[in-house]
Amino acid sequence: MSFDIRDDCRYLETHEWARPNGAVRVGITDFAQDELGDVVFVELPEVGDDLDAGAQFGVIESIKAVSDLYAPVGGEVTAVNEELFDAPELVNEEPFDGGWMLEIEPGDEGDLDDLLSPEEYREQTE
Amino acid sequence: MALRTPPLREAHAERGAKFTEFGGWDMPVEFDGIRVEHEAVRSAAGLFDVSHMGQIEVSGPDATELTNRLTTNDVAALDAGDAQYAAITDEDGNIIDDTVVYLLPDGETYLFVPNAGGDGEMHERWTSRRDEWGLDAVVANATEEYAMFALQGPDAVATASEAAGTDLDDIRRFTGRDATVADTACFVARTGYTGEDGVEFLLPTDGAEAVWHALADTDGTGVQPCGLGARDTLRIEAGFLLAGQDFDIESNPRTPYEAGIGFAVDLDTEFVGRDALAAATDPEETFVGFKLTERGVPRHGYDVVDTENRIIGEVTSGTMSPTLDEPVGMGYLPTEYADPGTDVRVVVRGSAKNARVHSLPFYEP
Repeated sequence: MSFDIRDDCRYLETHEWARPNGAVRVGITDFAQDELGDVVFVELPEVGDDLDAGAQFGVIESIKAVSDLYAPVGGEVTAVNEELFDAPELVNEEPFDGGWMLEIEPGDEGDLDDLLSPEEYREQTE
Repeated sequence: MALRTPPLREAHAERGAKFTEFGGWDMPVEFDGIRVEHEAVRSAAGLFDVSHMGQIEVSGPDATELTNRLTTNDVAALDAGDAQYAAITDEDGNIIDDTVVYLLPDGETYLFVPNAGGDGEMHERWTSRRDEWGLDAVVANATEEYAMFALQGPDAVATASEAAGTDLDDIRRFTGRDATVADTACFVARTGYTGEDGVEFLLPTDGAEAVWHALADTDGTGVQPCGLGARDTLRIEAGFLLAGQDFDIESNPRTPYEAGIGFAVDLDTEFVGRDALAAATDPEETFVGFKLTERGVPRHGYDVVDTENRIIGEVTSGTMSPTLDEPVGMGYLPTEYADPGTDVRVVVRGSAKNARVHSLPFYEP
């Protein structure tokens, strides 16, 4: 089975993606949503919260498991995808699009360079 | 230790199943997603490979006495083809395992189904007690010789009948008879662990592939194959116990009365644990269901607290109910909290979420 891995994103080993486009948009990968199965609940930070790179920012629950979510970059949370509170299944259906989780205004653009490239993440999931 | 594998391990992998370790077995946890499989069972039919369940055969002149003395129910009441739910208890009346006991159509052989990984211990228990009591019975661990499939859901009996070429709807709940599916002799019983109508097939392992393919959706025409993930959400909705989670002789010893299965105890029979249970019919704690009224999912091990945040119990099983789309859980609480509608709380990652005690089962077809 092959999973969607987007070339415009960077990745954490813990299966979060980060898409720089002004603020950095964050979600979990297609591989991660498939491993988790049916997502039923997402717990996210609030707009204005400050996150450290690599710190836990929330929790995702599928029917079968609970997993922590980690911030790919440090900075201030500038947006949260509130649609996920009513429709957590968007994470399964569109992990890179409608299933995004939050946007971070990075404190240090250099954080992105520490993340996995699409090729490196592809190797990890193979 | 190497995992035990069901006879269809490779066929399931080719069908795209994901696997999990359960009771020492490498079992399919899901094929197409828990929600899809769960809904198939509630609305039509689903097929589970439950070959990880144990099979112990007991025969010989004292088979009835031996089995009666080791299970809480009265196997002497069974007619050929009947099945019976029972607990297996220790001297203190605590549940070691729960099981279904069948009297096979020959009218002489008992076959009981211990939980996954419990077959070795149960075989040892039956043979050592037989020897201790000087009884004449043959006890065989036939787990590796049988495959076991559960076809469950409102369409299950019709589907099974079509595959068997004979009407199986005459089989009453908790009875079974022999039938042939895909040229394979099966024992077909109207039992299962999903809360739905349905049947279970016991068959020789060399017929497993033919029977599975006669029933399952391998070409788009059969029923939905399901894994243990859906079985878990279905059995929680039905309020059924999971061994090792809702009771555990080491970490969470419970009597059948505490666990809500007092109906499976016949105190008129003599069995190991009988005297302790006769004195324990009115327990201080009881198995209850609850629903969260706030967002969150109750999980095994989470504390249950009262409205003043005093710990009163813990969640033994919980999930987001796919049918009800509500977070549901089960666990043991002091009886004063057992009435449906009682306000309690479940501590989810340090935060006490409001919950309300609910009668079991959560869902009835």
